[in-house]
Amino acid sequence: MGLTLSWLSVIILIPLAGLFLRSLELSPEQFWNILSSRRTLNALRVSFGLAFAAACVNLVMGSIIVWALVRYRFPGRRIFDAIVDVPFALPTAVAGVALTALFAEKGWLGAPLAALGLKVAFTPVGIFVAMIFIGIPFVVRTVQPVLQDLDPEIEEAAGSLGASRLQTIVRVILPSLAPALLTGLALAFARAVGEYGSVIFIAGNLPNVSEIAPLLIVIRLSEFRYADATAIAVVMLVVSFVIIFAVNRLQRWAQSRIPAR
Amino acid sequence: MTMQIADSVSLSASDSQARAHAAAARNNLRTEPRAVRIVIITLALLFLTVFVVLPLVVVFAQAFSRGILAYFAALAEPEAMAAIKLTLIVAAISVGLNLVFGLVAAWAIAKFEFPGKTFLITLIDLPFSVSPVISGLVFVLLFGAQGYFGSWLREHDIQILFAVPGIALATTFVTFPFVARALIPLMQEQGTQEEEAAISLGASGLQTFFRVTLPNIKWGVLYGVLLCNARAMGEFGAVSVVSGHIRGETNTMPLLVEILYNEYQFVAAFAIASLLAMLALITLIAKTILERHLDEGQDASDH
Amino acid sequence: MTIEVKNLVKKFGSFAALDGVDLKVNDGELLALLGPSGSGKTTLLRIIAGLDWPDSGEVSFNGEDALAQGARERHVGFVFQHYALFRHMTVFENVAFGLRVQPRAVRKDEAAIRSRVKELLDLVQLDWLADRYPSQLSGGQRQRIALARALAIEPRILLLDEPFGALDAKVRKELRKWLRSLHHEIHVTSIFVTHDQEEALEVANRVVVMDKGRIEQIGSPDDVYDNPATAFVHGFIGESIVLPIQIGDGAIRLGDRQLDLAADGLAPGASKLFVRRHDMLVGPPGSGAFEGAVQHVRNFGPVQRAEVALSGGETIEIDAPRDKELRAGDTIGLNPRRYRIFAG
Repeated sequence: MGLTLSWLSVIILIPLAGLFLRSLELSPEQFWNILSSRRTLNALRVSFGLAFAAACVNLVMGSIIVWALVRYRFPGRRIFDAIVDVPFALPTAVAGVALTALFAEKGWLGAPLAALGLKVAFTPVGIFVAMIFIGIPFVVRTVQPVLQDLDPEIEEAAGSLGASRLQTIVRVILPSLAPALLTGLALAFARAVGEYGSVIFIAGNLPNVSEIAPLLIVIRLSEFRYADATAIAVVMLVVSFVIIFAVNRLQRWAQSRIPAR
Repeated sequence: MTMQIADSVSLSASDSQARAHAAAARNNLRTEPRAVRIVIITLALLFLTVFVVLPLVVVFAQAFSRGILAYFAALAEPEAMAAIKLTLIVAAISVGLNLVFGLVAAWAIAKFEFPGKTFLITLIDLPFSVSPVISGLVFVLLFGAQGYFGSWLREHDIQILFAVPGIALATTFVTFPFVARALIPLMQEQGTQEEEAAISLGASGLQTFFRVTLPNIKWGVLYGVLLCNARAMGEFGAVSVVSGHIRGETNTMPLLVEILYNEYQFVAAFAIASLLAMLALITLIAKTILERHLDEGQDASDH
Repeated sequence: MTIEVKNLVKKFGSFAALDGVDLKVNDGELLALLGPSGSGKTTLLRIIAGLDWPDSGEVSFNGEDALAQGARERHVGFVFQHYALFRHMTVFENVAFGLRVQPRAVRKDEAAIRSRVKELLDLVQLDWLADRYPSQLSGGQRQRIALARALAIEPRILLLDEPFGALDAKVRKELRKWLRSLHHEIHVTSIFVTHDQEEALEVANRVVVMDKGRIEQIGSPDDVYDNPATAFVHGFIGESIVLPIQIGDGAIRLGDRQLDLAADGLAPGASKLFVRRHDMLVGPPGSGAFEGAVQHVRNFGPVQRAEVALSGGETIEIDAPRDKELRAGDTIGLNPRRYRIFAG
């Protein structure tokens, strides 16, 4: 018992405490100044805004993917099911260079897109693409067990009462999946916000345009502006914490309304 | 005459069967029309191919773009070898440490009731949900030149940041949850009855742990170690912050990938990346196999 | 509405769930499909509902081919064994569901829907639960809501799949009576599936006894109880005494003893004699077709249940009225008031 707690303190609490204590050294005014600098605000805007957009894309595509994997049979289904986990398992630096090579102007996908006038690599669009990549498993894996356990009689009941297939999906199935979908969205968002390795290669890293918050933290550290780095980190931490708290709450609310049979 | 009737009878029987099958397919309350199904499957596969399959393929395509000899030459470079060695050392350290303390934490949480248990569980999940850069930042704040322990460390001539200990610490922090998270639900589900039986039969705490607890959780341990190792070897953000990028000394494989890439040494960068990609694929395969073992164990314990 | 089923066959691999089933259901009747598990009764019900399809055969509603339509178009009300209530909707919304998904042209306005739902909740006496969620209801309440939901769309037939199977005995009995009176009030053609013969006999107008994908007998509860058509029906319904007998040379033999029963018209060979426990009348030794020694007696509600070893080798259990007390060791004669002999 004592051993576990002491190990936990050493490895987690003390470092984190250091972080907060450091930021407390700043007066609220200094804190605010750092945060409201144009570059910081833009970095936060880029990180949070694009992460949310990417998470939404993953919500839609993840739903389509999980529906196909659970409800349909097609050749290669098992392999594609396993492939969903790749963004989770692949080291972020590898993902970063791979996506950049793929979407660069001479890349396999970058070239046709450039011909259409869309430049992906080294723009915010590249950040968007990388954030989509790393968020893929979250919606799929969160929704999958719920969809698998859905009671088939529910759909038969809805159909026998006269609902069309679309009505059944919208009025009966989706509400049952809603908590899992929202949880997946939140997890994908949280992951994308903090992502570093997959993003910095394909991002342009131009301040105020395509610079993500984690990169700004690293830059401030290299400039020995520890206070600035800390302030940004604290903001990101607080938002992440709020998201996780909300997700836990959501899951508990869903559990109470739809208890297991 | 008889034959004609017989023919028409048998025709209408198979005819009605065909009609029945068609009607069944059309009116199944639990699926969509065929056209919709095809669209959904195509969308899903297209998306996964573009975003997952192609990036993987690109890694290997680029790595071998100058031929197999160039590939192996890149891997044999002293910097590459040093990076591989460092990655393996750091992974071994973090996995080793987190194995022991993950086991202890999971054991405490699953088998005992104590105040602050929920807090402990939240704490364990923390490194998981925090940006890797922030994890690295935290260590810089503690051990950096201006950090809390900075002056103390300088006095005693101990180098943590920009050296192997810093990298090992940061990696251990980031991979901390994996073993515990794999074991906690498993041990909770197994309950305490077997341990209680062992103790009532006279076994000591340690004997109980090694003879009763450990064998029951072996698949969970392997699973946690597997994931912990994969993350430890592939960690980039946290390590990037604490390592100082000193060539040949404090570059892990992911960091070397970045450096080589920024220097336009694409074949070399992707060669190292391909090793990491293979590690990821092997991890996924092993994970699937272990998951099957874990599921079987759960079914068995239900009976 | 009348339903007619002709020569229905449904196979799952090599297992024949339905093996040539013919059935006519009369308008407004309450019909029970009774049989052990695997007898095909649920399969038959689901095919009538349009939830499953037969391999061959016909199903018609009021003379029109029902197989041309799916469950959605057939306008049947189906009550599932485990209720299948929509967990994320209130009781009110569950019952209103069928009315809300109707095509816009046919759909009632909100006020009409509300009053219809209220009417139905009043009918099942659960209007006070309108704002609760299914997880907050007891099993019996859930079942009644499932029924109200099925009735909301004014179905032409009501189909119930083991409606009381998941409930405990007391609730089952109450709901049985309630279903009977409900049907009396509404008069919708209804079919329900059960493996509980007491339920079928108590509730239904007619009973269809099924086994191994075939119909063994169709008749009123009295018919099926008093005049079972096959050995299976006799054995499945009520408590029966089954005695292996031999028929030959115009006589019936139990073991080595000839029974004082008429053998005319019976095919020679091994057969089985079926008698109900309470149809064995007790008399002095030598007065009956059978003779035996009482082994063991215990009072069982309104009757004495006695274990009797027949001279012929078999040991049987009979139910005798309590006015004449039996004791272990007594020798008695037994005469079957009513019995059936089935070959095989």
